[in-house]
Formats: sequence, C-alpha cells, structure tokens
Amino acid sequence: MLLGTLIGVLPGIGPLATIAMLMPITFSISPVAALIMLAGIFYGAQYGGSTTAILVNLPGETSAVVTCIDGYQMARQGRAGPALAIAALGSFFAGCICTLVIALFGPPIAEMALKFNSPEYFSLMLMGLVTAAVLAHGDMLKSLAMVAMGLLLGIVGTDVDSGMKRFTFNVLELTDGIGFVVIAVGVFAVGEIVSNLGDPEERQVFTSEVKGLFPTKEDFKQSIFPIIRGTALGAFFGVLPGTGPAIASFSSYMVEKKIARDPSRFGKGAIEGVAGPEAANNADAQCKFIPMLTLGIPASGTMALMLGALMIHGIAPGPTVMTQRPDLFWGLIASMWVGNLMLVVLNLPLIGLWVSLLKVPYRLLFPAIMVFSAIGIFSLNNSPFELYLTAGFGLVGFLWMKLDCSPAPMLLGFVLGPMLEENLRRALVISRGDPLVFVTRPISLAFVIATVLILIMMAAPAIRKRRGDITG
Amino acid sequence: MDRGQNKDFWAGVMFMGTGAMAMFIARDYAFGSTLRMGPGYFPSMLGGVLILFGIAIMVKGLRKSEKIRGNWSVRALIVLPLSLAVFGILMEKAGFLPALVALVFGSAAAGREFKWLEVMLCAIVLTVISVALFIWGLGLPYALMKGF
Repeated sequence: MLLGTLIGVLPGIGPLATIAMLMPITFSISPVAALIMLAGIFYGAQYGGSTTAILVNLPGETSAVVTCIDGYQMARQGRAGPALAIAALGSFFAGCICTLVIALFGPPIAEMALKFNSPEYFSLMLMGLVTAAVLAHGDMLKSLAMVAMGLLLGIVGTDVDSGMKRFTFNVLELTDGIGFVVIAVGVFAVGEIVSNLGDPEERQVFTSEVKGLFPTKEDFKQSIFPIIRGTALGAFFGVLPGTGPAIASFSSYMVEKKIARDPSRFGKGAIEGVAGPEAANNADAQCKFIPMLTLGIPASGTMALMLGALMIHGIAPGPTVMTQRPDLFWGLIASMWVGNLMLVVLNLPLIGLWVSLLKVPYRLLFPAIMVFSAIGIFSLNNSPFELYLTAGFGLVGFLWMKLDCSPAPMLLGFVLGPMLEENLRRALVISRGDPLVFVTRPISLAFVIATVLILIMMAAPAIRKRRGDITG
Repeated sequence: MDRGQNKDFWAGVMFMGTGAMAMFIARDYAFGSTLRMGPGYFPSMLGGVLILFGIAIMVKGLRKSEKIRGNWSVRALIVLPLSLAVFGILMEKAGFLPALVALVFGSAAAGREFKWLEVMLCAIVLTVISVALFIWGLGLPYALMKGF
C-alpha cells in the first residue's frame, strides 16, 4: 500500500509499471494476501498519480491529466494542501460506494456468467478486447493491431490441445510460454526507462507552500456534489469494459464545468475541478474489478496485470472464483474498503514526504527500478533467461512507445490469447464447424452486436473528420 | 518524401513483418479445419489479421506522414538491456552482491549524467535495501557471493 503510493508518486512511473515491478514480491505470499497487496499498490499508485498532477503538473497516468488542470492551479495559489486532501477524500468516498456496488452486483453477474458457454465467452472476450483497444487513447487501428500482437505473444508455448510447441524456436524455456511478468516489466518498466532517458523531462516543484492541509468548510460545500456526481459517472464508465479512467474523469470535469454557476473559474484553481474527476477516476478504477472478478475479462491494462498475477497464483478468474474461492472475493472487497481508508489515513499526513520525494532526481531513481525489476524477474525461475527476454521486451517496448503503439491493449491480448483460442476452438466443435454459432445464440449475439456498434461509433467521428479535412 | 521518420509507416511495417513471420512459422503447424482447429489455425489467422492492420496503418502513415516524436538515447538503448543480461549471468556465476553492483553501475551508465560518488552511494543503499528485503525479508535462496 505505502509502497504503491511511494512509487506512484515518483514521476515517470505509472501504475502499470509499479504493479509490474512489485508483482514478483507477492509470489511468496498466499494468493489472498497477494491480491490484497496488489490492490493496495494499485490504489496507491493511482493516488500517487494525482499527487504529482497537483504538485508538479505532471500526471502520473492518463487519468490524472484532468486533475492537473485545476489541481496545479490550486497548488500555485498555495492551496496544494486542500487540493490533495479533497482528492483523497473524494477518492475515499468513491471507493466506499464502489465497494458496495461490487459487493452487490458481483455475485449476480457471476451467476449469470456461469450459464455462459464457449461461444458466449469468445464473443465476450472479443468485445472486451475490441472495446478496450478502441476506447484506449491513441490510434484505434494501432490499438487493435496491438491486441492482435498480444494474442500472438500469448500463443507462444505449448498448445494445450495438441501438445505442439509453437513459436518456441526450440528454446526450452519458452515451452511454458512467455512469462507475464517478463512482458510487463520489460515493456512497461525497462521500455519506459529507455524512453525517458532519451527525453529528459523538465519538472518544477511547488513545494514552498504546502501548508494549511485541511480544506475549509467552504471547500467541502463546493466539493460534496461534484464528488457524488463524479462517483456515479465513474461507476457507470467503470463497468463498461475498456473505457479508461481518463474518460470518466474527463466527463466528470465537463459536467462540473457545465453546471457550475461561474464556469470561468475552471482552469484557475476551482476545487470542483479536482473533486469531481478524482472521485470519477477512483470509482472507475474500482468498478473495473467487476468484469475481472466475475467474468475473468480484464477491462484495462492494470486489470490485465492483476489477472495475470492471479493466474500465476493458480487462480483462474471468472465466475467460478466467486463460488469456489469466496474467501478471495470477499477478502478483496474488504481489502478495497480498508485500502481506501488507509489511503486517506496514510497519505494526508505524509503529503509533505511525497513532495520531498519528488525532488529525487531521475538519474538516482531508475537504477532502483532496474534493481527491483531485475531481482523480481530472476526470482521467477532462478534463471538468467528471463532477464534476456526482459531486456529484449524492453527494446520492443521502447520501439512501440516511439511508434505510438500503446502497449496496454497488447497486454490484454496477451492475457486473453490462450483463452480466446481455446473458446473459439470449443465453440466451433460444439457447432460442428459452423461459424454462425456466434450469432445464433442470443447472449453471444448481443455481445457481437455491441462490439460492432462500438466499432462503428468510434470509427464514425474519425471518418467525418477526415471528410472535413478534405472539404475544408 | 522522407520516410525515415514516418511514424505510422514504420508501425505498419512492424505489424506486417510480425504477421508475416507468424504465418511463415505457423506453416509448419497443422492447420486443421474449422471444425477441428489444428495448432496452426489460430496463429495463421492472427498473422493474417496483423498483416492487414499493418497495411492499413502503413497506408495511413504514407498519407499523413507524422514524424516520430522525441529523441533517442542510443546509449540507454544498448547499455540498459545489456546490464540486465549481465545481471542475469552474474547472478548465476558470481552471486547476488556482484550482480547487484554491476546492475546499478550499468543502469547508471545508461543515463547522461554519471557521477562516481553518487552512483557509489546509490549502489550501496540499493544493495543494503535489496539484501534486507529480498534475502532476509522474503528469504530468497541466493548466495551473496559465489566462487570466490
């Protein structure tokens, strides 16, 4: 938990890299504890992103971009304390509500999912992958291509069906497939470092005036409704697969700006502009657990990491988790609430410390990341092979970053690759080779239609824009 | 036209190349039929999909020709992965301590500023933390030194 915030605060390391880096540490503890710890790191990293957004105008992750707008302005006016406090409290409120939502809706969804068969699963995964890719920021075509790339990487290893070794290049270590941590650390930690070393960022810390931590009564009054609205928006977007937290926080910001009595204050340090998006952001992140825990479909890159971690612990997430491992499900729910509470309790007094951490220069930081990553990777198999592979993926990850190919969809594809193939195969066996099976079964059809609709919706503005470019 | 910096062009090339390679390798795997998918079915399909995406992205790149942003640090590109590999070898041959020190120095050397004293301190602090956390704390079975 603390570790999560600690690392989340460090600039240049997003939640993905944080979890990837710390994941190996959790392998030596029980799955329940590991998941709880990972969830803690996850929240910590999320909140850490907001802290840097407010203090240095440097979003630790995409979802914190919105927080930068007004949060940084508040910091410049010497109101960094209230901004951070409201961000934490807003997140806490959203977290509490969403924990309830998960506890309420999780079991029914899982119940429904138990009726699913291979065709439904295939369509559902397809929908998850496509929406995640399409709604991710950046180029839609490239994100979809990255999903395919991830699926391909997921295939490496022994085919469960035929026992055939595929894409292993006769390397013994590859028969079990490429390690999930290897890809995650390689692409997100190493790749990011290489990329950052090429482009040193300028940062400017406003540390002199972090005093007066607590928001005034006025601040509270102004923030309470934005927080509630933000939570609702975040929860709604959170359940939809693929909608990144950025969408939730952006829409919350728009809503607040629209209904504000004096919209001109926004962008100049309006506390509503911090409270709403922060709540939305956290609500979204938390509700992302619903599809992962109930259906086994990760809805974001971070969730893909959590899913991968679970699989390494020998738990196949999906509807059966709830029936077979209720301790895990409820343990996680309890941990969410505790985690949110801890976030408030721990972080408010420690803000000063986080601020001073920001002063640590990057050249001292990245060797530390390298050390933790390397030890973690080596401990997977106690063999240097994984490290070579990680180094390789570091290069590939850097290449992807330079070519603006977002690696998060790739990770989703990688995690779901083997499952997708297996379900496709089974579905076609059930239907005796008739590919129409995906559109003749009602639930499956619904997923297919949803996928197509989302694709059309997202493609349409792009087409219109291109037309506009030509005529204009 | 200068294609050397065209971002989408190269992304397309990369996807096409990967797809073609996947299809080429998957030729050796039984394709099977739609009813009974062989081990080659899914990879071949994916390879094909990747090639199609690659073409589309490349075409888009040729139309728009957006440039690749930012700088490259050739030094980091070579030194950082190399130091990871060295870490792996040293872990096996020489033990935890030498591997760690080599990694810290290696990664620090990848940056643009390298100050001996600072890196030295950094190495000491990180080594102490790692030994405490991983060897004593989590009980990972690595020898601190080997073969000396």
